[in-house]
Amino acid sequence: MSQTIGGAGQDNLLDLATAVAGWARDGEQVEAYVARGRDTEITVFGGEVESLSSAESAGIGIRVVAGSRQGFAYAGSLDPDVVAETLEEARDNAGFASEDSFVGLASPDGVEVASLDLWRDDLASYPTEVKVARALDLERAVRAADPRIRQVESSDWGDAAVESAVATSTGIRAESRRTACYLSAFAVAGEGAETQTGGGYSVGRSPSDLDLDKAASDAVERATRMLGAVKPRSDRLTVVFEPRITATLLAILSGTLDGEAVLKGRSLFADRIGEQVSVAGFTLVDDPTDPEAYAAAHYDAEGLATRRNVLIEGGVLQRFLYNTYAARRAGTVSTASAVRAGFKSAPGTGARAVSVVPGDRSPEEIFQQVGDGLLVQSVSGVHSGVNPVSGDFSVGAEGVLIKGGEMAGPVREFTIASTIQRMLTGVVAVGNDLERLPSSASGVTLAIADISMSGE
Amino acid sequence: MLIDETVIAGVLGTALQSGGEFAELFAEDRRGTAARLDDGRVEDMASGRERGAGIRVVIGETTGFAHTSDLTEAGLRAAAEAAAAAARGGGGGVRSVALQRVTAPAPNAVEILPESVGKAEKVDLLRRADEASRAGRPAIRQVSAVYGDSRRQILVANSEGVLATDDQVKTRFAISCVANGDTGMQTGRESVGATVGFELFDTVSVEELARAASSRALTKLSARPAPSGSVPVVIKQGSGGVLFHEACGHGLEADHIAKDVSVFTGRVGQMVASPLVTLVDDGTMGPQWGSLSVDDEGHPAARNVLIENGVLTDYMWDWLRARKEGRASSGNGRRESYQHLPMVRMTNTYVLAGTEDPDEILRQTPYGVYVAQLGGGQVNTATGDFVFGMTEAYLIEDGEITEPLRDANLIGNGPEVLRNIDVVGNDFAMGHPGTCGKQGQGVPVGDGQPTLRVTAMTVGGTAR
Repeated sequence: MSQTIGGAGQDNLLDLATAVAGWARDGEQVEAYVARGRDTEITVFGGEVESLSSAESAGIGIRVVAGSRQGFAYAGSLDPDVVAETLEEARDNAGFASEDSFVGLASPDGVEVASLDLWRDDLASYPTEVKVARALDLERAVRAADPRIRQVESSDWGDAAVESAVATSTGIRAESRRTACYLSAFAVAGEGAETQTGGGYSVGRSPSDLDLDKAASDAVERATRMLGAVKPRSDRLTVVFEPRITATLLAILSGTLDGEAVLKGRSLFADRIGEQVSVAGFTLVDDPTDPEAYAAAHYDAEGLATRRNVLIEGGVLQRFLYNTYAARRAGTVSTASAVRAGFKSAPGTGARAVSVVPGDRSPEEIFQQVGDGLLVQSVSGVHSGVNPVSGDFSVGAEGVLIKGGEMAGPVREFTIASTIQRMLTGVVAVGNDLERLPSSASGVTLAIADISMSGE
Repeated sequence: MLIDETVIAGVLGTALQSGGEFAELFAEDRRGTAARLDDGRVEDMASGRERGAGIRVVIGETTGFAHTSDLTEAGLRAAAEAAAAAARGGGGGVRSVALQRVTAPAPNAVEILPESVGKAEKVDLLRRADEASRAGRPAIRQVSAVYGDSRRQILVANSEGVLATDDQVKTRFAISCVANGDTGMQTGRESVGATVGFELFDTVSVEELARAASSRALTKLSARPAPSGSVPVVIKQGSGGVLFHEACGHGLEADHIAKDVSVFTGRVGQMVASPLVTLVDDGTMGPQWGSLSVDDEGHPAARNVLIENGVLTDYMWDWLRARKEGRASSGNGRRESYQHLPMVRMTNTYVLAGTEDPDEILRQTPYGVYVAQLGGGQVNTATGDFVFGMTEAYLIEDGEITEPLRDANLIGNGPEVLRNIDVVGNDFAMGHPGTCGKQGQGVPVGDGQPTLRVTAMTVGGTAR
């Protein structure tokens, strides 16, 4: 696990992190998180390369716990002088935090590390010219697919190879690395004065995982099927969410199951463990050990082996997600759910690979079951219209009305609204079409009854 | 200066060696501190520093870009070669660059550099705010507050001879409260931020901010579901600048225009809004959150009128889009960090005051929704459809504000909403500090507007 990536240097990240952790003084705990990545981003437009960027970056985030106080500092450099300065800064910062007896770093807990292969050597050797060619091929495929495609706003190739290590003075030693790549296109369809848009993509760990045709056809279908969209009349109806929208909903839902939010009185599910919060057919799992999950990981952000956590089983709330701090405070053990937004942040709590256990119906069967309703293909304003504390849910949406189980015409410029609590109990069908997405959630087609649609 | 002038010239020369038509070096040294209070405790005091440079080389329609955290001459030359290779080397040849210093006034003076202020004093602001938001208000169950400051020193030099530097200091404070009642939990938030140092707190009382946030959460405990459907909407001064940011700001960015993915393409000189609307983007606006001296391409910040009395006058431009049109940049080329390519971005975007008394606007609205605070928003520039969230709103009945409403999104179509503004108040205020996201890059932006009314917008509530 100590190979280096694409000429990023011979320095071993775990050795560096371990050395920093070893600088802990008496009565002090030190954690070092070190990350190094190499990425390429290519955008093509109108048959030309619009931009090509390729870079390596590295950084360190250091946490110090001293006298029940925690301090954190980071730097975008692994220079020895900078690393030493960063440790001093974290130490200094700790002096200004409040005392909290639950503060502390993770310790090895004996959980076995999942056997996952998240690294593909063929990405590092994949030539830049071929990446450019695939982005151009995708742009051409989108244009050629339908005469109503007026423009391809962007066609992109992206890839990243990231390695990271966590070491603590409490004995944590964790090192991992991963590769990822994607192709994506954003299509603009037009008829007369009308313009509609739609995006498609394909992601994988290796270039050979990517499905260019699917990325192209998704973008084309989503853009063209919105042509002629009208603003619907306000109504209350059953909404069928496409898998990628379901994934967005699940990511929001998992945020309300964050153990830290529960402890701090910010979760609408506090005190509801063991209660029926959804229907019997709804089981929600966060499983970063699933090799098919995009965000599968060997370790959490504090260096504990990841594990499968069942959050809701048969509609009954089972557990919350905890990092080390929240678990100590709640009197339980970490679920290895520490997450961090790169080296610049101290670990928080969150889901990595949340998913609904798929049901037994195809999307078409669900449309038939629903009869009259609405298929939603995109939502907007999720960050402004969903309040995870009160549960209020209101987002802009685009989609297609369903009449008698068939697609009956596109609609746009409307909102759908309910509350998170009501949506969970309103689930009427769970699809069998599990779709892996480049996010912390996977999706299935999901139908939810009694949602307000605001339009004309 | 971050990098010596002779080194800059050498690096630009390297970048141009393989046929580059344009080369640019952008160096940045950014440091900041942030302190967070939650659940009655200062949980975290964090600080960080990042420095590095991004180099772009343009050949024909192609931009090559590379960045490095190594600011030595060797490190910069390696990045320059990588950027040039990315832009596909053509003919070759050596060009030398004569650098000319760009002088632009700072939008405002910074009196107290945050780095000169002790961490204890910063942390104390959090404690004061926590106390003030809870005092005498038992229903306030949870409070979190964040203090943050940043200092961003940049240097931009390019093969057209531009050499510019800027020293951008920003300070911010935000507080968020949770109130519990019979109807569940509600939240209230307030924030302030400016392109100034610690003197921000000479004029801003964190206690007042805290009381405002907790009052908002308490008020919403008795809120009823927002209406569902199309209603008149009155937006309080300083609360709804994000409407214009989304309804037309993004659609007036020249990159969206060039790609024909904006509903405003080809409409300069035409009436695109109610004649009551004059929209300005202004990076020179004193201590506002989106202000700067030069943009991230070394162009001086400017005050640009985008819509004048309803007529579209101009788009916003960065170097790349301006070059294609043979015109000057409007000072709107910005980037999140040295690791990013610049693109067209807003700075402080606002609508000028009108003539109507704001109270009279309410009185003349028999029924509708009064929006006192908005959250974020999102737009599809190709269709013009946009949403934004209400985080404090009330029902208007018979010309008076009556009941508070629960959070919901509003949805509208940019060009339609701009035409449907039928009255504009004689007041004006800037709104909260914002972070505008575009293609994965976040930059600080400001917005503002007078009290105004939109004749109809769709409110995304659940009440029939």
